[in-house]
Amino acid sequence: MRRLVYLLPLLLFLVLAGYFALALRPSYDPRLLPSAMIDKEAPQFDLAGLYGKGLALDALKGSPVLINFFASWCVPCREEQPVLMRLANQEHIPLYGIDYKDQPEAAQKLLTEFGDPYRRIGLDPDGTVGLNFGVYGVPETYVLDSSGHIRKRFVGPLTAEEVNKQLLPLLRALGKS
Amino acid sequence: MRVLASWPDPTRQSAHVRSARESRWSVRSSRGDGRVKPSHDGERWLAAALTSLIAVLLLSLATHAFAVEPSERLADPKLEARAEAIGRTLRCLVCQNESIEESNASLAHDIRVLLRQLLLKGDTDAQARQAIVARYGEFVLLNPPVQPATYVLWYGPVVLLVAGFAGVVLWLRYRWRESVATPPPLSPQEESRLDTLLREADR
Repeated sequence: MRRLVYLLPLLLFLVLAGYFALALRPSYDPRLLPSAMIDKEAPQFDLAGLYGKGLALDALKGSPVLINFFASWCVPCREEQPVLMRLANQEHIPLYGIDYKDQPEAAQKLLTEFGDPYRRIGLDPDGTVGLNFGVYGVPETYVLDSSGHIRKRFVGPLTAEEVNKQLLPLLRALGKS
Repeated sequence: MRVLASWPDPTRQSAHVRSARESRWSVRSSRGDGRVKPSHDGERWLAAALTSLIAVLLLSLATHAFAVEPSERLADPKLEARAEAIGRTLRCLVCQNESIEESNASLAHDIRVLLRQLLLKGDTDAQARQAIVARYGEFVLLNPPVQPATYVLWYGPVVLLVAGFAGVVLWLRYRWRESVATPPPLSPQEESRLDTLLREADR
C-alpha cells in the first residue's frame, strides 16, 4: 500500500498534462474572450445612417437579427465579406452593419467595391456603441433575439464553418421560439 | 481594432546597417594599441559604466510611463488620480498584459475616456469598475476576483507551500527517528559468534 505513494508524481503529471492538452487543442484560441454581454439586453443605440436612414436598437426588435461591426480600415472585414454576402442574399438573414470609427466616404467606397450585405448601416464614428457592446476589435458579429437580447458573439471574421455549424442553427432556433 | 505586430524586426535588420555597425567596431578594435595609455582604459571603463547606469535608469523610467494623453486628463487632480488608480487595475484587451493606463491602443484610450466620464458623473470607484466589467467581463480585471472559481488560483500556491513544508518536516522526523533508533539486542547465537570473532581477532 505504501508504495502507491510513489505513483503520486505520475498522477500529478497526468493531471498537468491533461490541462496542457486542453489548452493546446487546435480549436482553442486563447485570444477569444467570452462576451460578458451574453443573454443581457443589448445596449441602446440610435445612430445616424450611412445612407440616410438611421439605425436604432428599438427598430430591430421583433425578430432575431445580426449586427456586424465593421470598418473600411479593417482588413479582416474584407475576408468575411463573401460570407456576409451569402448570409444576406442566399439565407436572407436580416443583417445590420455598424460602421466603427470610420469615415462615411471610405465605408461607402468599400461597399460599392466589395458589395453591401447590410439592410441598413449605422455610423459609430467615436466607437461609443462598440464600447457599450464590449467590442474589442472589428469585425465582431452579434446575434440579437427578437426581444433585443444578445445571444451570441462572433469575434473576428465569420467563417463558413461558423455560419453553418453555429450561426444558422442558432437563428433557426431563435426564429421558432 | 486588432493591434498587429508591426514593430521592426531586429533580425531583419538591413544588410548595410549591419555591415556599417560591424565596420565601426572593427575600426575601434584595430586602432593602434600603443597610442592608448592604460590609464585611459580606466576612464573608458568608468564612462561605459556610467552610460549603462543612465541607460538602465532611463529604461526603468520607461516602464512607469503612462500612455494617458493630456487631453484625456481630468481637470480635478483628485478625480484624475482615482481614474489612474482604477485604470492601472484594468487590462487592455488587445494587448492583454498592459493596463489601459500604459497602453497606446485605441481601445485602451476609449476605456480610459469612458472611465473618466463615469467618475465625472459621480460613480464610485467600484461602480465605475463594475460598469467596465459588465461590458468586457472579469477578464478585464488584471487581478482576478476572489471567488469559488478562482480559489485554486489564489490559495493553491499557499496550499502547495504548506503541503511541501509538511512533507519536509515529516521526512526529517522519519530520518531522525531512524538514526536514533536502537537496534534490537543480539540473540544468544549472535552473541557467541561475536565472541569467537573477537577472540580470533585478539590472537
